[in-house]
Order: sequence, then structure tokens, then C-alpha cells
Amino acid sequence: MSTIAPVMQPTPKPQQARVPTDWTTTSMQGRIRRRYRAERRFRLLGAGAVLLSTAFLIFLLVSMLGQGLRGFTQTELRLPMDFPAARLALDQAALAGPNARAALAAVDLEAATAQAADRAYGAGAYRLLSDGAWLSVRSAIQADPHILTRRIDIWVPTSTAIDLAAKGDADADAEAGYRLLDARKAVRTSFSTAFLTGSDSTDPTLVGIWGALKGSLLTMFVTLVLAFPVGVLSALYLEEYAARNRWTDLIEVSINNLAAVPSIIFGLLGLAVFLNFLDFPRSAPIVGGLTLALMTMPVIVIAGRNAIKSVPPSIRDAALGIGASKVQVVFHHVLPLALPGILTGTIIGMARALGETAPLLMIGMRAFIASPPGGLADPATVLPVQIFLWSDEVSRGFVEKTSAAIIVLLVFLLAMNGIAIYLRNRFERRW
Amino acid sequence: MISRTMGMAWAAPGAALAAALALSACSNGGGNASRDQIRAVGSSTVYPFTTAVTEQFARRQTQFKAPIVESTGTGAGMKLFCAGVGARFPDIENASRAIKKSEMDDCTKNGVRDIVEIQIGIDGIVMAESLRGEAMRLTPADVYRALAADPYGKPQTAKLWRDVNPALPAIPIVVYGPPPTSGTRDAFAELILQKGCDANPAMDALKKADAKRHTAICTKVREDGAYVESGENDNLIVQKLSANPDAVGVFGYSFLEENADRVRGIPMNGIVPTYETIADYSYPGSRPLYIYVKGQHLNVVPGLRELVAEYANDWGRGGYLARRGLIVAPADVSERNRQIALNFTPLDPATVK
Repeated sequence: MSTIAPVMQPTPKPQQARVPTDWTTTSMQGRIRRRYRAERRFRLLGAGAVLLSTAFLIFLLVSMLGQGLRGFTQTELRLPMDFPAARLALDQAALAGPNARAALAAVDLEAATAQAADRAYGAGAYRLLSDGAWLSVRSAIQADPHILTRRIDIWVPTSTAIDLAAKGDADADAEAGYRLLDARKAVRTSFSTAFLTGSDSTDPTLVGIWGALKGSLLTMFVTLVLAFPVGVLSALYLEEYAARNRWTDLIEVSINNLAAVPSIIFGLLGLAVFLNFLDFPRSAPIVGGLTLALMTMPVIVIAGRNAIKSVPPSIRDAALGIGASKVQVVFHHVLPLALPGILTGTIIGMARALGETAPLLMIGMRAFIASPPGGLADPATVLPVQIFLWSDEVSRGFVEKTSAAIIVLLVFLLAMNGIAIYLRNRFERRW
Repeated sequence: MISRTMGMAWAAPGAALAAALALSACSNGGGNASRDQIRAVGSSTVYPFTTAVTEQFARRQTQFKAPIVESTGTGAGMKLFCAGVGARFPDIENASRAIKKSEMDDCTKNGVRDIVEIQIGIDGIVMAESLRGEAMRLTPADVYRALAADPYGKPQTAKLWRDVNPALPAIPIVVYGPPPTSGTRDAFAELILQKGCDANPAMDALKKADAKRHTAICTKVREDGAYVESGENDNLIVQKLSANPDAVGVFGYSFLEENADRVRGIPMNGIVPTYETIADYSYPGSRPLYIYVKGQHLNVVPGLRELVAEYANDWGRGGYLARRGLIVAPADVSERNRQIALNFTPLDPATVK
């Protein structure tokens, strides 16, 4: 600056007595009303937002429960089996022996079951039965070979049409057929554990969710044991040990970016690295878990670093002051105090991984698999992919099974979150 | 207190990590050597039939493990199938069209020989509308003029069905159909669009002069929103149709049959799509469905022979495949393919077009 402004000397003002605010003037009253209005408006907006999100949640739950709960029930038909009259080439001795399975496989139980239905409910009645009705007969024989010597009633699953009619959602023919059977007290609709213990099938009356649930459990297991230790150790190292320089900045930016990468990219990575380069088996939970671990790890690192940062430095200083080593400070003090935050981050990452479909489609976890996976290398599918596959099925019976599978997925998710909240509360410490 | 929490936090994941590594190590070794489960890939149209057969096979022949069927679309499945011989590559390819020359060359290049082609039956590609719709009657030429990107080489201007053919109602052209990766789309282009295109004599002349340009003009579908690609999910198309009575959908015949209380087939050239008209190929949208079996895997993968035999036993009239919407091929075709399935007569690569 070339010129300097002359310094203004404050002219002393005569002291005035402060006039108290007049609350009764109209302008003041108007201002007060405006303030209260703004307050009320904000409260209403907030309450409206909460109400809207609650309404969405309730709509989701009601529509899922309304459709899905029926998926857990199964209509069954009472089938009188007259084993002596059917003259099956089976004897109890063969069934008790080591070749029981071969002996059973040699007998045409399908035909015997269809004949029994025709005899009991008129010609063509075999169409009332599910394609897999004879499986119930087979397991009844396996459970108790003595029934081969007498007449016995076996409850077998009905066809999809009858099942839907029992639940009031079918065409007129099936409704009439169902009423006829109902009048003879030959059908019952009840909760069935078959849905919870079975695997994928092409027939909605025979499907089960256990295969996909077990696939999800195995995949999540692999994800957790890889992503959790690696993520927590990275967070600890970056926060407690790493020097602040350009390299750690670069790593931090990369991790933040990795957390935002769309999941399908991880699927392509999994396909290229694990399947094509490392030759891992296609559709296996181990590959799914590895791929999802790549996706979950950055989330755990970010949450872990924030949790570690929020541990007060005074605790570290106090521990160092009484002679603890760096490792002792970290493992005896910092980590236990940061654990609740780390667990929260882990659960958010795991919940995202549990609901993920896109990367798993790329590595082949979308196959039709009729038996639950036996291990980490067996072909498997996971719950969200199973839901996706069932929504694409031709048969109408799959609609309620899809909703039922969604309920199972939600319960699984809630259970996982519940465990996390329990652990967090257990370890939480306030200061 | 603190050491206890630390122990809890680290002991369990540590042990689990060791277990997972051990498991992955042994699985890796086992995965390469051989496979005792049959693997099938390919068309989403053939998928429901192959899954039904594999399921029945696993129940009846309990000594074999249940096969794995993956729905990838015909084109992507062919790529996997032709990629090589060995445990990593699938044994069966489901196809909603015959194998192409380029795919056969790919197979030969990668050492895949002795491919067995089996026609399992017939499928119909139908166009359908809601029961509340206008009861349209179409011809392949109408459909081509309404959906082509450049009908007969000229720019596409049609907005209403009436613009295409004055006899049709004045409703906007909205067609829900499969995406280009789908075998259904290939067949739709070949069976309906191509036919409508070739109805014009000028196009027939172009075919001889410039085959590439002919294919582009005849099979490229407009991309201005009148044709809506609806993924591989045919149920979604049915839902969209019941919501919008003016829309038209393109999907496989089995979906029409299953949803007869919501949608109805649109007659093509005056022929209503039914089981009979599709089986005798009088409906223009009929196409054969195939499975391709890798001959070199026959004696390596347990159960492959038995599974194919099971397929051949069940594709007849009254079998469970027919109940699921597969249309049975005429008796002579059916019998010839049964012989192929039982003797595993390989396809001669020279005959593939």
C-alpha cells in the first residue's frame, strides 16, 4: 500500500441507558411467530422423513411376509399305499443289507406311487401329485422297511396347482379339484421343514433353501477369515506405525477408491485371477469368498482407521510412560478400545457382501445345483443369487418361494447384525 | 480383562484362517485332476429342460452326484464349451440354435472333437399381448417394419402400429424382448425379422450382392426406445404386459402356456401359436432346441452316458419335459436323435454352416 489511511480516533459517545426490548410491538410479535413457525416446520419435515422411511420398511416387510410365509407351508395329499398288492420286488432283508440303495433304485416306485394315486382318487389322479411324490414313499420305506408288509397312509406333496389352490391363488379347475379332495379330508396344508432342509429343484413343491444358505455361510466364512485380519492389521499399521509421507497418502487414496469400486469389477477380477490364472474350481464358495473379501477389506480398513484414531492419545502416552512397548500399547490398549468401531465397520462390509450378486455371477455361482455343497471347493450358490434364479423360473409356484427365500436372507442378515451389536456392546467403553 | 478380550478377538479368526488355507490348498489340488460331477452351460431356454432331466437323473441313479447346470446364454456357453478338454471345461452345452461354423472352428482349434449334436425338441418364439389388449394380428413383414433400425435401408420413422400397416390399431409401438446376448433374440431375428425383411424382393437381390449389409439391414433392431430389452427374465416381460395392454412381448412358448390367464399369443400370418402349429413348423417362430455333448468326456466323467440316455427317454409326448413346455419333435426326428443319443454319433464338422 502506498498511502496509509489516517487512524480514526473513536469519538467518545455519551453513555445511554439500554432500553429493555419491547415484546409487545407487532413487529416483534411477528418475528417471534416466524421463529416458532420455522421450528415447527423443521420438526414436521424431520418427522415426515422418518415416517416415509418407516412406511417403506413396513411396506417391504408386509408384502414379503404376506407372500413369503405361504412359501414355508406345503400342501400334502394322503396316499394310501398297499404294498403287498403292489407286488414290489423288494424284501426287507435286501433293505436291511448293505445294498439297500441299489435294491431301492431297481424298483419302479414312481409307477407304484402313480398307481396308488389312481386307485385312491380315480384315473388321472397321479397329476395331483408332485413329480417328486415318490421320493416321500422312498424315504418312508428307508425309514421303516416293515411297512412293506401292510397297507399304510403316506402324506406326499401335491402338485403346484393343488398347492396354489389350497392357498387360494389358482385357476378354477385346480380350485374345484382341491375342494373335492378337501371334502374327503385327503389334503392338509402345514408348515414344512422340507423348505428349510432341501436344495434347489425345478419343481416348486420340492425346492429348499438349505443349499443356498449353506453356500452363503461358507462364502461368508471365507470372506470373514480373509478380510477381517488383513483389514484390521492394515488399519493398525497405517495408523500406528506407518510414517506420514507421499507413499502412505497414495495408499490411503487407493484404499478409499477401492471401497468405491463397483462390485462387478471385482467379479471380473475374480474371473481373471482366481479362475483363469490360478485354476480354482468354478462356482466354488472359496472363489466367491476370495472375491468378496477383496471387496470387503477396504471397508474394514477405513472403519478400522477411524476407530483407532478415536482412541484418546492420553491412553497411549500413559501406557508408554509406564514402560509398555509399542506392541503392548497396540494390543493391550488401542485395539480393545477400537474393537467396537472395527466390528461395526466389519458388519457393514459383511452385510454388503452377503447381499452381493453381481461379482458371483461372473465366477459361475449361479448354477442349478441340486445338492448342498459339501465343502469350500464344491459348486454352490448363495442366497441372493438363488432369489434371482427363482424369480426367473417359469412355474407360478416359485413366486411365494422367492419371497420365502427373501425372508430367510433377511433373517440371516438380522442375525448377523444382532451378533455384531452384542459384541459391540460387550466391548464398548466410554470415557 | 484386556488380555482376555484380546484373546477372544484373535484366537478364533486365526484358527479359522489356518483351516481355510488348508481347505483351499487341498481343494485346489483336487479341482484340477478330475471331476465326478457333470457340468452343463448354455441357453436360458433349454435350462429348465436340462435342469429337470438332471434332477430326475440324480434321483433315479443315486450312485452319481447331481449335475450342475448354469444358464449363460447360448453364445457365452459355446465359448466355455469350446475352450478346451478337461475338468475345467463343461461337458454339455445347451443351445437354442444350431452351432455356428465360427464356433465349430473355435472348438477344433482348442482340440475339442467328437461333438455330439442332439435335438431335444422344438421351441416356439411367440409374440404376445395382454388379454385386455387390442387382439392384433401381425405378419413378419409388419414386425420387421416396426422394429428394424433401418427398414429396407431407409430410416425408421414408425411410431404407431398404424404407420406400419393401415390395418393395425393406432397404438404406440412398445415391444419388450430379449437382449442381443440371448439365443431367443438370435432366433427372433432369424425367424421373424429375416423373413419379414426378405419379403421385399429388393432385399433378396441385396443378399446376393452384399451379404453382410443384408444381414445388418435385416436383423438390426431399432434403439430409440420402441424395443425395450428386458434381460433374460421372461417373467418380467409377462408382468410388463399385464400392466400395459398396448405393449407386445417376445418370449418362449412355455411362458405363454404358463401364463395363459394373463397374456395371449398374437397370430403370425394368421396362425395362432399353439402346441400343434409350433410342432409342425407352420407357425413362423418355431425353432429346434439342441444339446451338444463333448465326446472326449464320455469315458472320463461318470454318468454322462446315463444322463444323455435319460434325456432321450423323457422327451416324448406325456413325458415330464412335455409337461414343462417342451414341444415334442416329429416322430422321425425324435427317433433319429434318440439313436444319436444312444450311440453318440459325432457331428461331422464339415456339415456345420
